[in-house]
Amino acid sequence: MTLASESYSIEAEQGGRGSLLLRYAAPQAFYPLAGKMMPWFGALAALFAVAGLYVGFFVAPTDAQQGEAYRVIFIHVPAAWMSMFLYVIMASWAALGLVLNTRLSGMMASALAPTGAMFTFLALWTGALWGKPTWGTWWVWDARLTSELILLFLYIGFIALTNAIDDPRRADRAGAVLAIVGVINIPIIYFSVQWWNTLHQGASVSLTRAPSMAATMLTGMLLMALAAWMYSIAAALWRVRSIILERERDAEWIQGRRGQE
Amino acid sequence: MFDGVRFAVARDLRLSFRRRGDVLNYVVFFVIVVTLFPLGVGADPNLLRSMAAGIVWVAALLAAMLSLQRLFASDYADGTLEQMMISAQPLGAIVVGKVVSHWLVSGLPLTLLAPVMGLQFDLTQEAIAVLTVSLLIGTPVLSLIGGVGAALTLGVRGGGVLLALLVLPLYVPVLIFGAGAAAQVLIGMSAAPHLSLLGAFLAISLAVAPWATCAALRVAYD
Amino acid sequence: MNWGSLDSFLAMGGYGLYVWGSYAVAALCIAAELWLLARRARRAERTQ
Repeated sequence: MTLASESYSIEAEQGGRGSLLLRYAAPQAFYPLAGKMMPWFGALAALFAVAGLYVGFFVAPTDAQQGEAYRVIFIHVPAAWMSMFLYVIMASWAALGLVLNTRLSGMMASALAPTGAMFTFLALWTGALWGKPTWGTWWVWDARLTSELILLFLYIGFIALTNAIDDPRRADRAGAVLAIVGVINIPIIYFSVQWWNTLHQGASVSLTRAPSMAATMLTGMLLMALAAWMYSIAAALWRVRSIILERERDAEWIQGRRGQE
Repeated sequence: MFDGVRFAVARDLRLSFRRRGDVLNYVVFFVIVVTLFPLGVGADPNLLRSMAAGIVWVAALLAAMLSLQRLFASDYADGTLEQMMISAQPLGAIVVGKVVSHWLVSGLPLTLLAPVMGLQFDLTQEAIAVLTVSLLIGTPVLSLIGGVGAALTLGVRGGGVLLALLVLPLYVPVLIFGAGAAAQVLIGMSAAPHLSLLGAFLAISLAVAPWATCAALRVAYD
Repeated sequence: MNWGSLDSFLAMGGYGLYVWGSYAVAALCIAAELWLLARRARRAERTQ
């Protein structure tokens, strides 16, 4: 019996004995569940995106100060929110994996990281494109943007570390320690960069001063944020399915699938 | 527990002493990096004076990156680390001892050199004093946080650069307040808030870093 | 409705480059991620 299928038996036992939650903690059980949930989250993402973009471009009015340039916020702000949110979720899954020693938790953390990094990059890119027409330069050492940049480094560090370690279990656990240390640092980093920013530039340069929010603008942003959230879940579920197949390749349930095809 | 700390400090210092040349290299690297900046940005004294604290601090970060690889690598390679992990001494004590010893041969020499660097940049006496104090409080934090990175990347491909990638973002707050302290003094304001924050970072890292380092070491051995 | 014509919609009050530059890159990133996910899933299914 291979190690993979041994652990499966233990997790399935625990699952059978008890709660719904534990039953799906086994990669074998989670695989089909993720497959069923994926399309729903994808559809929700598309729906919210259409609604959000409609509100953002056809309902929300022109901004008095920034003209049409402000419409970048409908992608910039949700991307920034997701980049931070996903890091916290990723670190939570990782911590769970360390504490409960479940394999799926580590897989979920690894599944979330690339999407989080993508949103961080997007937040930076759209931030620059928002900054150029409003403040005149492509990059501003604004507290938020600078913190986003450091957040991107933290994501890249997590991905680099987990990719560099060959043993998946060790990779997951090392990534978990790193993610937890990162999550503790994020508020400290943000606070430090805030302080640094006000010292060096004064309050005048700040992308965080969004246009005065008409209710429709806020609605558009929230809809897009929901779209980003649904998308992230769908992407993470898709990715974790691949990770499960990659890691559990010796397990009997996968061999069984092979046989059926 | 303090026996463990003392043992680790004494052992690592003895080992470092045997390779005095290596230790000196980090100091030389630090001086070279500091010297490179004026060569890169021009010799305008006002510009250099305003940049001095930042330059010295960045050079200290980079020197820390290089020296951190030594922290666990040789003990990992010859099996001593494994022995330490199963010994009666709490792993945390040994980790703290190794980090202290690392600071004694890397952070401390840099701190002692800071006044000389400060003179190169024509800093005022007060600024030099604050820069030195900021390094004194801040470099131990670099060693503590760096220990986590060193433990995470034990025996991993791409070790050195990967370590830098992981740890440098975490160093940002220390850099901001460390360099900021001397910069404050140059514009006539008090550096006390910066230095107290650095002290707070030191306290936090003393509490959190050894735990994280031990967790990372155990991950490497499971 | 905010826009008189398709032209004014695309122009975005002169800021078209920035607004569409943002959304285009966003669309590109999402498309790239989805493509990479599909490719990874295909590979994972195949290699046994």
